[in-house]
Amino acid sequence: MSAAYWRKAMNAAAAGQAWPHAPGNDAARARSSTTPARWSDDSKHNASAWLNWIGQRVSARHVLVLVGVLIYPWIATPFFTFQIGAQSLALGLIALSLTFLAGYGGMVSLAQMTVAGIAGYMVAIFGTSSMPAISLGWPWWLAVLIAITIATACATLIGWLSVRTEGIYTIMITLAIGVAFHYLAQQNYALFNGWQGFQRVLTPNALGVDWRGPIPFYYLALAWALAGYFFVQYLIRAPFGIALQGTRDNPRRMNSLGFNVTAHRVAAYAVAGVIAAIGGVLMVWYNGLISPGSIGTSWLINILIIAVLGGMRHPIGPFIGAIVFVLLQNFAVDLIDRERFNLVIGGVFLAIVLFSPDGLLGLWSRLHVRLRSGAQSRLTGRDARHTSSTVAARAPLSS
Amino acid sequence: MSRSWRWFWSLVFGVPLAVFMAWALIDSAKLFFTTALNGITLAALYFVVASGFTLVFGLMRNVNLAHGSLYLLGAYVGWVVGDQTGSWLLAVAAGFLSAAIIGLVLQVAVFRYMQGQDLRQTMVTIGLSIILADIMLWIFGGEIYQFDPPHAIFGGTPMPIVDRYPTYRLLLLAVAIAIGLVLWWFLNRTRVGMMIRAGVDDRGMLAAAGVNVQLVFAITFAIGAGLAGFGGVIGGTALSIAPGEDTRYLLASLVVVIVGGMGSVTGAAIGALLVGVAEQFGLAYAPTYSVVFTFVIMVLVLAFRPRGILGKPA
Repeated sequence: MSAAYWRKAMNAAAAGQAWPHAPGNDAARARSSTTPARWSDDSKHNASAWLNWIGQRVSARHVLVLVGVLIYPWIATPFFTFQIGAQSLALGLIALSLTFLAGYGGMVSLAQMTVAGIAGYMVAIFGTSSMPAISLGWPWWLAVLIAITIATACATLIGWLSVRTEGIYTIMITLAIGVAFHYLAQQNYALFNGWQGFQRVLTPNALGVDWRGPIPFYYLALAWALAGYFFVQYLIRAPFGIALQGTRDNPRRMNSLGFNVTAHRVAAYAVAGVIAAIGGVLMVWYNGLISPGSIGTSWLINILIIAVLGGMRHPIGPFIGAIVFVLLQNFAVDLIDRERFNLVIGGVFLAIVLFSPDGLLGLWSRLHVRLRSGAQSRLTGRDARHTSSTVAARAPLSS
Repeated sequence: MSRSWRWFWSLVFGVPLAVFMAWALIDSAKLFFTTALNGITLAALYFVVASGFTLVFGLMRNVNLAHGSLYLLGAYVGWVVGDQTGSWLLAVAAGFLSAAIIGLVLQVAVFRYMQGQDLRQTMVTIGLSIILADIMLWIFGGEIYQFDPPHAIFGGTPMPIVDRYPTYRLLLLAVAIAIGLVLWWFLNRTRVGMMIRAGVDDRGMLAAAGVNVQLVFAITFAIGAGLAGFGGVIGGTALSIAPGEDTRYLLASLVVVIVGGMGSVTGAAIGALLVGVAEQFGLAYAPTYSVVFTFVIMVLVLAFRPRGILGKPA
């Protein structure tokens, strides 16, 4: 979001108007401008005010996607539910933490998979696994809580270290931290069980449901993915999120306005750490194992690929990126040799970075604008071009 | 930092280090000196690889995360040439040239069009490193390759205390020192070097002074990439070439330049020395935690000097 957009948004909010939608989403804006009229007659009631708010925020698109993801496991085969659906959601959640950090905080951290991996390792160490000599065998909920707490603490520490640096340095330091942890897990047998890691880290059997099954696990992943998505959606409009975007756009100005830039950045790392940790717990349950290979350099970078592939402008980006990534991962075999998956994903990533820095979301909105400008008259076509330039200005990666 | 704090911190870190050194010397002087030599020669290799990385960053603000891939590429090309011609020296030249040419092509064909977009350039180098790593795995497979250097440099050299030490590793040290001196001479005494230094300080002013900045960029990138390929051959001779080495040397270069300070060749030398020695001592005395030592050095440097030991504000 550009500073100008936020200024506009603030002014609109101060004037008691409806919160404007993101530019480029004119269809939704048109709907939101008509909806209040319908509900303003009895706006004294609390419930109708709430419905009013819903009417402004929710469009047919959102309902369609929500219904789609809810009925998906009943249409798809177990393979598609579990391998594609659940894995995309879990990976998307980890990538969401990076989107939050990079897109809204301006800090590209490659250590998000490390945070997720720490959570996964802690679940294996405190819970049950095939290594009873190391695993403590505590109840699953305690293990998960401890895992998320420790992973968040580590994420905060990583943040505290890397916010001392800026921009390009952050990538290098978080990459170095991530790779260092990978080597530590690989060399240490006392705690991390070295090369093998932990096998048989199973999804627990709780509340009478066997969460190991494809459909229950899909819904578990979906619930957390939705929670993460709405949490980030909420946070980027909360004072903290807006201040964070301010520190991204101009740290010096935010500093002179009295905001503690470092504290905001470290807090962003902590928040992203919680999201990544939950994603990490889901990933370790999905795989049923955790080993140094799951947190190696390729996976650190895969998370970046997922986030960039989808686009960092919106919290839905990482999930789209994750779906594309997982589909490519599973079906690259048909495109090209089985072993050449990295070539395919590397090529797709390179193409996206070279030709559409905003990822698939950017591609979509560009297409959208072009289609609209083609359909409309010359006059509004110029307006659409203006919109596309605002979209480009908002891109965190091209700045 | 005030003088008393400086004393405090030197005591906190210096005393345990001194105690450790005294203990290690009494325990086994031979092991201590062998480890020290291993550390210094590994540092020499790290310096060769990282100096190219830091040179490119210093001038172009381009964090070339494909640097490890260039290292591996140089090593493989060097191996093929060495295998065909039987000449190790030709292999070294081929390693340098192949990586330099790839670097030149990258700069001219890709990075030139993204000047100033740091993050995008970095992402492109990430994508390139994935593709290059996979293509090399495709062509060369997962086997481990070894060079066949001339006999004269492969034996042992008699030394005091440690008896015999591999001649090749001593040569590595000499080569690294020579490269350091040549780089120093090139950067400080030649016209192109002067342009590069001017570019590091102020790119816009250099262009305004009538210098073809793109040419300077291309030369620097070629030299930086070439040093990675050169490091690939001489490092591959000292150790071996295998998939995954690219990540290892990328990490080493990253840590070295973070510790030493981005963009400073002298800083790269200091960083390489610290990291190499710490790694070898870690491997010799606490094998499980050797990576942790490297990491602790990085954390300490970042905590006290966020831009590295010799780093200057950007």
